[in-house]
Amino acid sequence: MGMTMAEKILARGAGKEKVSPGELIMARVDMALGNDITAPVAINEFKKIGVEKVFDRERIALIPDHFTPNKDIASARQSKILREFAREQEIVHYYEVGRMGVEHALMPELGLALPGEIIVGADSHTCTYGALGAFATGIGSTDLAAVMALGELWFKVPPTIKITYKGKLPPYVGGKDLILYTIGQIGVDGARYKAIEFAGPAIDELSLEGRLTMSNMAIEAGGKAGLMAPDEKTLAYLAERAARPFNSVYPDKDASYEKEITFDVSKLEPQVAFPHSPENSRPVSEASHIEVDQVFIGSCTNGRLEDLEQAASILRGHKVHPRVRLIIIPATQEVYRQAMEKGLLDIFLAAEAAISTPTCGPCLGGHMGILAEGEVGLATSNRNFVGRMGHPKSQLYLSSPAVAAASAITGRITHPREIVS
Amino acid sequence: MIIKGKIWRFGDDIDTDAIIPARCLHTSDMAELARHVMEDADPSFPGKVKAGDIIVAGKNFGCGSSREHAPLALKGAGIACIIADSFARIFYRNAINIGLPILESPQAARALEKKQEVEVNLQEGTIKDLKSGRVFQAAPFPPSMQDIIKAGGLVNYVRKRVKQG
Repeated sequence: MGMTMAEKILARGAGKEKVSPGELIMARVDMALGNDITAPVAINEFKKIGVEKVFDRERIALIPDHFTPNKDIASARQSKILREFAREQEIVHYYEVGRMGVEHALMPELGLALPGEIIVGADSHTCTYGALGAFATGIGSTDLAAVMALGELWFKVPPTIKITYKGKLPPYVGGKDLILYTIGQIGVDGARYKAIEFAGPAIDELSLEGRLTMSNMAIEAGGKAGLMAPDEKTLAYLAERAARPFNSVYPDKDASYEKEITFDVSKLEPQVAFPHSPENSRPVSEASHIEVDQVFIGSCTNGRLEDLEQAASILRGHKVHPRVRLIIIPATQEVYRQAMEKGLLDIFLAAEAAISTPTCGPCLGGHMGILAEGEVGLATSNRNFVGRMGHPKSQLYLSSPAVAAASAITGRITHPREIVS
Repeated sequence: MIIKGKIWRFGDDIDTDAIIPARCLHTSDMAELARHVMEDADPSFPGKVKAGDIIVAGKNFGCGSSREHAPLALKGAGIACIIADSFARIFYRNAINIGLPILESPQAARALEKKQEVEVNLQEGTIKDLKSGRVFQAAPFPPSMQDIIKAGGLVNYVRKRVKQG
């Protein structure tokens, strides 16, 4: 019996010929990361362990992105802990404000997440790198402390669910719509403790950006990882970026899956997740009566260049509805620069959108666009739990950048084809 | 270890934003986090919860973010144990790593009600309803996890390993 991608990568990391679901292993970690919320706790725990130095200063990334540029004194104190630890340990991949990005957009951009690798991060959306063929998963701060000391961590080998997407993608349907639809079908615990392998012609058709969006939200179905086999697009994306040599891993033909699901996406509409769960996804046509106060385009889910290009293609020549605030946050400095060079920022400014420096900001209700009681938001981010973007009595909907841009123009949740026709 | 306490009930898919909202994550101080624990799910909870109380919840408790502040806030509020139908993966790891006892028992999660008193035996994984005398069996921890628990959490476990070389 063969192995799935997750099993093969974990077997390699554990130095074993074969591993099976349920098996507990110790595996070497290729890259570990933390941010300004989770790393301070990890650093505190690391200091209790009693080792002088981290296991490898080139394999740890510390990225202050959640409450940065720091919104208040308490968050500035958190960032300072990161900064001082990075200096003291001579951490190579520390990215300061002005050089940083939202961690899960920045890591792939810098070629720090590679096929066949095991990557752990003290942030649940670490699963993003599955789109590049890595086994990447979220851990807690104490886990991160242990990894920083040892360079390895215990894992329970997860069973794998294979999801195949058949059919050609309709216009304005992309990675965000596929993953919202998937979570709607399998639920927020549909892949709890499990790895997902995403496959099929619709995945092949997606750009790397769209694939990263899908893997990013594997955790919203409870998934431990959301993997995609590397293809020519993956290798082309990594050709100029890969920070290390890597060995791609592919699933065996006779791999054993706990479950196999197939979705035909040829007639799928753009999807919108209703409050207060990503599993409440419905076709955009069922949301057209919802009026919005604020639209946010950005985050580790949808703050990459393709996302901003999509938004700009819809916003071009239009203005944001007088009742609506549109906040656009390029996910990294590089995305910001390219958006400027391609003229996207001009389009956003002409449309009367607010543009911010890279930050997670409003996605987690941190800063840069918090909702008041009773307000309705539409965001391209990944979670719409109660109070996620502000007041517990605010309402948050999730969608793709195309739907978000169209909705900012009309003031209600809108299919992009209503604007571009 | 035997834990005896009064139950607080919560439903399915209690996410980490409900356990401790992101607006409180500018600190990792347990006592400060505890002042806001579960407030978006039940605003009266932080004021009423007492040291030694037990949470019983439905499926997928702790879903969402990886913030260790979630189990820290619960521990800081004095929660002695959490019993659920199931836990989200990262929350499960985090709770073990910081030494917050958690037990998975779908039967207990279905049967137990608010304010009931239970006695939990962590070694044996048993949960006893003190009123009816009914006993529920939770899944035992795998041996490698018992090592971490016995060492008093992951940091102590790693410290021991580092010393051994």
